[in-house]
Amino acid sequence: MVRFEHISKSYEGNPAVNDINFRVEKGELFGLIGPDGAGKSTLFRILTTVLLPDVGHAYFKDRDVVDDYRYVRRNVGYMPGKFSLYQDLSVKENLKFFATIFNTTIAENYDLIKDIYEQLEPFESRRAGALSGGMKQKLALSCALIHKPEVLVLDEPTFGVDAVSRREFWDMLKSLKAKGVTILVSTPYMDEAALCDRVALIQDGNILKINTPDGIIDQFGKQLYKVVTQHIYQALQALEKISDEWHAYSFGQEIHIYSSKSLNIADLKGQLVSMGIDDVQIEIGKPLIEDCFMDLMVSEKTEDYV
Amino acid sequence: MKEFIAFIKKEFYHIFRDRRTLLVLFGMPLAQLLLFGYAITTEVTNADLAVYNQSSGQFTNQLVDKLVSSDFFNLTENVHSKDEMMDVFRKSKAKIIVVIPPDFEQKFNRREAQIQLIADGSDPNLASILTNSATGIIMTWMKGHAGNAMQIETINNEVRWHYNPELKSVSMFVPGVITIILMLVSAMLSSISITREKELGTIEILYVSPLKPVTIIIGKLVPFIILSIFNAAFILLMAYIIFSVPVNGSIMLLLLESLLFIITALSLGVLISTVSETQQTALMLSLFGLMLPTILLSGFIFPISSMPLPLQIISNVIPAKWFLIIIKDIMLKGVGIMYVWKETLVLVGMTIGLIGLSIKKYNIRLQ
Repeated sequence: MVRFEHISKSYEGNPAVNDINFRVEKGELFGLIGPDGAGKSTLFRILTTVLLPDVGHAYFKDRDVVDDYRYVRRNVGYMPGKFSLYQDLSVKENLKFFATIFNTTIAENYDLIKDIYEQLEPFESRRAGALSGGMKQKLALSCALIHKPEVLVLDEPTFGVDAVSRREFWDMLKSLKAKGVTILVSTPYMDEAALCDRVALIQDGNILKINTPDGIIDQFGKQLYKVVTQHIYQALQALEKISDEWHAYSFGQEIHIYSSKSLNIADLKGQLVSMGIDDVQIEIGKPLIEDCFMDLMVSEKTEDYV
Repeated sequence: MKEFIAFIKKEFYHIFRDRRTLLVLFGMPLAQLLLFGYAITTEVTNADLAVYNQSSGQFTNQLVDKLVSSDFFNLTENVHSKDEMMDVFRKSKAKIIVVIPPDFEQKFNRREAQIQLIADGSDPNLASILTNSATGIIMTWMKGHAGNAMQIETINNEVRWHYNPELKSVSMFVPGVITIILMLVSAMLSSISITREKELGTIEILYVSPLKPVTIIIGKLVPFIILSIFNAAFILLMAYIIFSVPVNGSIMLLLLESLLFIITALSLGVLISTVSETQQTALMLSLFGLMLPTILLSGFIFPISSMPLPLQIISNVIPAKWFLIIIKDIMLKGVGIMYVWKETLVLVGMTIGLIGLSIKKYNIRLQ
């Protein structure tokens, strides 16, 4: 459905994305995961024809997005990262406007947006600027869907939205996928990766890994140890001193250690207690996709420095 | 066509729902008209006058009365010595002093009388207007008193002002205000409205929509064309009601020429929006890049003929200069297209050039 081949793009000499290659199959929910400035928006903009690549080609249904940009524009639904709709137009006016400029009507494709738009209907006459973040996002999604695109491109749609709305949003994406829409979505939140069919981890303009969420976890190849303590900061410093053969990160209330060798839990615990962290608990954990990304991103960085 | 209409509708929503835009659109023309009509005026009334009358008696008092009873002057001070005279200027008690010598009446009868006018030269324009007015009043008075026996042999300069017989400055400001408003409203508002979409990110959606760039641009401009024409008509009507400034020529021709000028200004606005990324930049560019040249170099306030040569040459590329000539000729002289076709052609040429440049610079993608 979508293909990137050797895509490179730089802004005023600063490379944004570097020799990117991947494909997205029809009906897939594909996630592009990476921190801010990784190049996610650049890739989406190239695909949606608003940006030209310096090198390489991108294809939508085997049509080059540069040569055939009109075709792409008609058949792709795009929700830009900072897309905030027309704040001074009402919910209904926004939707109607986007329906009309895409040569369609609300009624014609209502079935596609029905589930999403129903939640907005009580606020139809409210100005978009007065909606909550979650509502704005639903409206933006409705507007991007109103012309029944074959591919939906969503640039950080859940950025800055509360946890409940985020979950709702992913449920909506699932049901859209069930209706046959191919979806490309980018996000800085690693926990959302598990909700995609396949994900690409992108950092500094390079794709580190592409696989299914399970596949990525299977490829982890390291042992994960969870360290639970009240003194996270001291424990992190202590772990740093003990050995440089592993990486340790704080994950909310706990510390995760990724180690290629298996560790003696009792020994490690003893060492930590002797360094003053007396409430420490250590156990073997099952890695989540966040752990895999964290590890990948950091090892990539350290290789750069070597 | 349906999408085009939807686009224009959206633009009208933007305009009518934004208080700032509305204020610029409708508040500013009225404010400028009133300002230029009432406050900023080159007509002189009630200028402060001091008299140093060294002579005494009925005869010279009559002369002073004559000066003071005119609308021009307002007697503020009677001076009694040379030192006091300087004091009057220093304390800004008068703009002009009339000095009448001691033996004025005798000399007048011998036809060798002299009167000295001393004006405050710190405002040269005002000083020259005041001395001219005073001289005029004194001459008239003198003729009245010279009688037949004392006919003063001189050339009678009979001056008449064509097109604006009362020399009302508002007649001259109305065309100027229309020019500024049309330039400002059209260029500033349109460039801001385009850059706002860039700032909000909505432009990306417009890019990926099937809308053609030309549809987007024209859709942006049509509302401003309509509103600007209304604006021009509104200013003309206000000028007629408040200041009784008539349109001597064809109103139809005037509005058509305004339409042309509006399109020139709008294409400038589009050009500005292609080079600015934020509304702030667009605003600054329109203010300093368009407003100042329009006010200063169009001949609205300062006559082009008295500018130094380089500025005179630069003034030729200011669209407002040409429009000002056209609108003044139509409004005040009442001439038809036969007399302003050259200026019209210049504007048409500029407009075509600007539109071409804007389309060339307008992107169908992000930079």
